[in-house]
Amino acid sequence: MNLQRIWTRSAIYFLLIAFAAYYLMPFYVMLITSLKPFADVQIARMWELPQNPTLEGVLRAWTSVAPNFWNSVRITVPAALISAFIGSINGYIFAKWRFPHADTVFILFLVGMFLPYQGVLIPLVRTLQFFGLYGTMPGLVMVHCIFGIPITALLFRGYYAGIPNELLDAGKIDGCGFFGLYRWILLPISLPAFAVVLLWQFTTIWNDYLIGLVVLSNPSRAPVNVAVQNLAGSYFVEWNVQMSGALIAALPTILVYLALGKLFLRGLLAGSLKG
Amino acid sequence: MSNVRRWLMFVLVAALALGLAACTAAPAAPAAEAPAEAAPAEEAAAEAPAAEGAPSGPLEIFSWWTTGGEVEALDAVYAIINERYPEIEIENAALVGGAGQGGAMKALLETRMMGGEPPDSFQVHLGRELIDSHVIADRMEPLDFLFEEEGLNDVFPQDLIDIASYEGHPYSVPINIHRSNMLWYSPEKLAAAGVEAVPTTWDEFFVAADKLKEVGIPAMGLGEADQTMAAHIFESILVSVFGPDDYRGLFDGSIGWDDARVTEALEILNKMFDYVNPDYLSVRQGEMVSAFATDEGVAMFISGDWSHGQLKAMGYTDYSWAPSPGTDGIFIVLSDSFGLPKNAPNRDNAISFLKVVGSREGQDAFNPIKGSIPARVDGDPSLYDEYQLTAMEDFATNTLVPSIQHGAATKQSFILDYDFAINEVAANRDVAKGQAMLVQAAEDAGFGE
Amino acid sequence: MANRTYPTVRVEGERGLAASPATRKRRRPGWLRGEMLIALIVLAPSIFLVAIFIYGFIGWTFYISTVKWDSAVVDYTFVGLKNWQRLFNDARFHSDLRNHLLYAIGFMSQCIVFGFLLAVLLDLRIKGEALFRTIFIFPFAVSGIVTGVAWRWLMQPTTGINLLFAAVGLENFQPSWFVHAKFGMLAVSIAAAWQFTGYVMALYLAGLRGISYELREAAAIDGADSFEIYRYVIIPLLAPVTFVVIVLTGMNSIRIFDLVAAMGGSGPAFATDTLAFNMYQTTFGSYRFSLGAAIGSFMILLSLFLVVPYLRSMRGEVER
Repeated sequence: MNLQRIWTRSAIYFLLIAFAAYYLMPFYVMLITSLKPFADVQIARMWELPQNPTLEGVLRAWTSVAPNFWNSVRITVPAALISAFIGSINGYIFAKWRFPHADTVFILFLVGMFLPYQGVLIPLVRTLQFFGLYGTMPGLVMVHCIFGIPITALLFRGYYAGIPNELLDAGKIDGCGFFGLYRWILLPISLPAFAVVLLWQFTTIWNDYLIGLVVLSNPSRAPVNVAVQNLAGSYFVEWNVQMSGALIAALPTILVYLALGKLFLRGLLAGSLKG
Repeated sequence: MSNVRRWLMFVLVAALALGLAACTAAPAAPAAEAPAEAAPAEEAAAEAPAAEGAPSGPLEIFSWWTTGGEVEALDAVYAIINERYPEIEIENAALVGGAGQGGAMKALLETRMMGGEPPDSFQVHLGRELIDSHVIADRMEPLDFLFEEEGLNDVFPQDLIDIASYEGHPYSVPINIHRSNMLWYSPEKLAAAGVEAVPTTWDEFFVAADKLKEVGIPAMGLGEADQTMAAHIFESILVSVFGPDDYRGLFDGSIGWDDARVTEALEILNKMFDYVNPDYLSVRQGEMVSAFATDEGVAMFISGDWSHGQLKAMGYTDYSWAPSPGTDGIFIVLSDSFGLPKNAPNRDNAISFLKVVGSREGQDAFNPIKGSIPARVDGDPSLYDEYQLTAMEDFATNTLVPSIQHGAATKQSFILDYDFAINEVAANRDVAKGQAMLVQAAEDAGFGE
Repeated sequence: MANRTYPTVRVEGERGLAASPATRKRRRPGWLRGEMLIALIVLAPSIFLVAIFIYGFIGWTFYISTVKWDSAVVDYTFVGLKNWQRLFNDARFHSDLRNHLLYAIGFMSQCIVFGFLLAVLLDLRIKGEALFRTIFIFPFAVSGIVTGVAWRWLMQPTTGINLLFAAVGLENFQPSWFVHAKFGMLAVSIAAAWQFTGYVMALYLAGLRGISYELREAAAIDGADSFEIYRYVIIPLLAPVTFVVIVLTGMNSIRIFDLVAAMGGSGPAFATDTLAFNMYQTTFGSYRFSLGAAIGSFMILLSLFLVVPYLRSMRGEVER
C-alpha cells in the first residue's frame, strides 16, 4: 500500500513536471533565441543556449517596437481605468437597483461579450470615420471601453451581489441616495473588484490584435501587438529580432500576472462562471 | 446631509460625464493639436520671408519596401528630399506585403483609406490596382497640375501615362519600371549538371531540370509561404503559352479562363513543382533567394528584376539572367508609383515628395539601387549596370504586356483570388480545382463587362 | 423607457425620497421614481452604446451582406441573398468550415483532456501547487500574436520541434505542421491549446474544490476504484464546468484570428484559413465589403448556437 502510494506520487510529480516543461518550452525558446546574435540563430542549434549572449536582437526589436509599446501603454491604461469605472457603476445598478427587465437587459449585455467582432467591424470603421475618430488613439480607447461594458458589468455585478442589501438599507436610512450609497458604502469596499477588473481589462486590451489592427493600423500609432506582427511579416526572417519583439510585447502582462496571479485567477473564474 | 448629497451627486455625475466625454469628445484632441503645430510654422514663415512656402512638418510615406535593395533605394530618394526640403520630417511607414497576406500593407492601406486617414503618399502599382482600389472610390487627387508643372507628360512614355490615367487624368507618378518575366540562374550550378545553355522554352527547362535532379540540385526556386511567388511564376507561363495578344484577352473577357491553354499552362506549372526546393511551402521568397546565393540552394528562379537589386544588396554576383522560358521578346511590365490621396494630412509635403519622385534626379537615385529602370526616358545610362541597360533596351523594343500579380492588368480582388488559385495547385497539385478557382475569380472580377 | 422620461429627469431626481405618496400616484409607476430613475439614467448611456455598437452594428452588417458593395466604392444597391449564395458556393468558405471543425476537435479535446487532468493532479495535495498552477496558466497572460510568433518558430518544418523528434530517434517523423495542406489547422490548435489549457484547468480546479475532499482523496489512492469514482461521481459532478468549458473553447474556435495571422496566414491551399481571417482579407484586402459582411454575419449566427444554450443555463443564476 505504502509502496503503491510512493509510486502514485512519483507518477503524479513526473506528469506535472513534464507538463510544466511543455508550458515553459516556448518561453525558453523565445528567451534564448532573442539573446543570440543573428549569425548564431542557426536552424540546427535552435535549442542550445546562446554561446555569445548579446542584446543585439533585443535592442533592434526595441528600436522598432518601442513607440508602439508606449502607444499600447497610452491606450491600455486609460481604457482599463475608464471601463472599470463604468463597469462598477453599471454593476452596482444591475446588482442593487432591480428595475423591471433588469435581467433581460443584463443578458443582452452578456451576449455582446460573446459575439465575434467580425460581425461589427465594417460598421465600426464607418462610424469611427464619421465621427473623425478613426485611426486615433482616443478612438481605439473608446472602442475598448464600449466593448468592455459587458464584461466589466458582469464582474462588478457578481461582486456587488455578494454584498448584503441590509448594508444599503442602513445607508438609505441615513439619507443616502443613489450616488451616496455608491460613494459611501460600496466604493470603499470595492477595491478587490476594481483590482480584478482592472487586471482583466489591462490584459485583454494589451493583448488585443484585431481591433488595433482595424482601427489603428497606422504603423507609428499602432499598438504593440500589431507592430510585433508586422515585424514578423518581413521577407527575411530574423528570428532573434522577432522573438525579442514578442518578448517585449508579452512582458507587461507577464509581469502583471506574476505579481498579481491570484487576482488574475479570480478574474478568470468570475469571467466565466459567475452570473 | 442633503447638501453633502447634492454635492456628491454633482461630483459623480461630472465624473461619469467626464469619463464618457473622454471617450466621445476625443476627436477634439487631435484637432486641437493640429493648429498648435501649424501655428509655429506660420509664425516661422512670417518671420523669415525667405523661407516662405518652404514645406515643413511631417511627411508619411507608406510602402511595402522593407528588404535589401528596396530600403536603400527609397532612402536615396529620401536623401534628396532631406536636401531639398530640410524642414520636412519623413516618416517612413513600410510594411511588407505588396499583394500578400493578412496584416499586409495593402489591407492596412485599405482600412486607412476607407477610414479617411490616408498617409501623405503611398506606393501603389501603376494601373488597375490604383484605379480600381482608390480612384473610382474618389479617394485620389488627379495629378494633371503636377504633370504639367513638372513637364512629366514629355518625359514618360505615353503608354505609361495611359496606364496611370483614368478618364484622361493621371493619378500617380511612376518611379520605376520592373520586368516580371526574368529567370535568374547560377551558371556554375547549371554547368555542374551538364546543362550547357540556359533553357529558353519550358521543354528545354524540363530537360535541364532532370539533369539537375540527377546531381541533387533543385532546378527551380520557390518560396510559397506567402502564397504569392507561384502566382508570379505562373503569369510568365501564361504569357509563354498564350503569346502577348491572347494573354491580354484574358482580362477583357475575349478569352475565358476555362480555355484549354490555361490548363496547359497550369500543367507546366504543376510539373515544375516536381523540380522545386522541397521546403517550398514553408519558406519565404527571401529565404529561398538567400539559399540561392549559397552553394546549397536552387539553380534557377523566376522573379521580377527586384531580385537583381536584392542579390546586389547581398553582395552576390555569381549569377546571370535571361527572359523566363518562352517569353523572349516580351516584357511583362509593372511599375511602382506614388499617388496623392484626398485629405492627405500634409498635402504640400506630399506634392514636394511627388516632384522628387517624378524628377530625373529622383529616378536616377532610386533605380540603380532598386534593380529597376527609370520610368522617365531620359535616365542617365552611365548610372546603370549591365542588366539594367539591357532592360532599358528591351523595354524600348519588346512587346509590353501588363503584369497580373503586380497590379498592372487587373484589380486587387482578382489578384488575391488568382494567388489563392495558384497556391491551391502548389499545395494540392490539383490542376482542375485551380482552374475552377481561376474561372470563378474571373467571373467575380467581371472581365469584359 | 428611460428616454421617454428624459426631460423630467433632474426634477424627479432632486425630489427623490421627499415626494409625497399623493404626488407619486398621480405621476408614474413607483419604480420610475426618485433614485431608481437616477439609476436608469446613469445606466442609459451604457445601454445606448451596447445597443448601437453591438446590436445595431450587427444589424448593419447583416444589411451590408444583402447589398452590392463589392469594390472600394460604397454601394447600397439591394441584391438580396446573392452574397450569401456566393459565400455558400465558395471553395474558400468550404475550406474554412473544414478548418473550424478540425480546429474545434483538436483544440477542445486538448483543452478539456489536459485541463481536467492537470486540475486533478494539482488537486492531490501537491507540494508546490501554486508554482505549478502559475506555470500552467502562464501562457494565458500573453497575446495570441506572441503565441503565434513563438509557435511558428517552434513549428518550422526544418527546425524547432522536429529537431527534438530527430534527436530522440524519430528522424522519419517530421511533420510539416502548419504548412500541411490538409491538417495544418491541427498544428494551430496545438499552439492555441497551449495558451488556453491553463484557463480550463483553473475552471476545473475551482469545480473540484467544490467537491468534498475525502471523495477526491479516495479516488486518488484506491487504484482500481479511483477511475470508477471519477467516472461515476466526479466527472458528472463537474458537468456544469465542462459545459462552460465547451462554450468558451467553442467560442474561441469560432473567433480564432490572431494566431492564424501570426502563424501562416491562410496557409497552403487555405489549410489554416479561418472565417475571421477570411472576413478580414475579403473585406480589407479584396474590398468585397458585402461578401465580408456575409462572412461576419455567418460568424454571428454560428456563435448563437453556443450563446443561446449558455444564456439559458445562466438565466437561472442571473435571476437568483
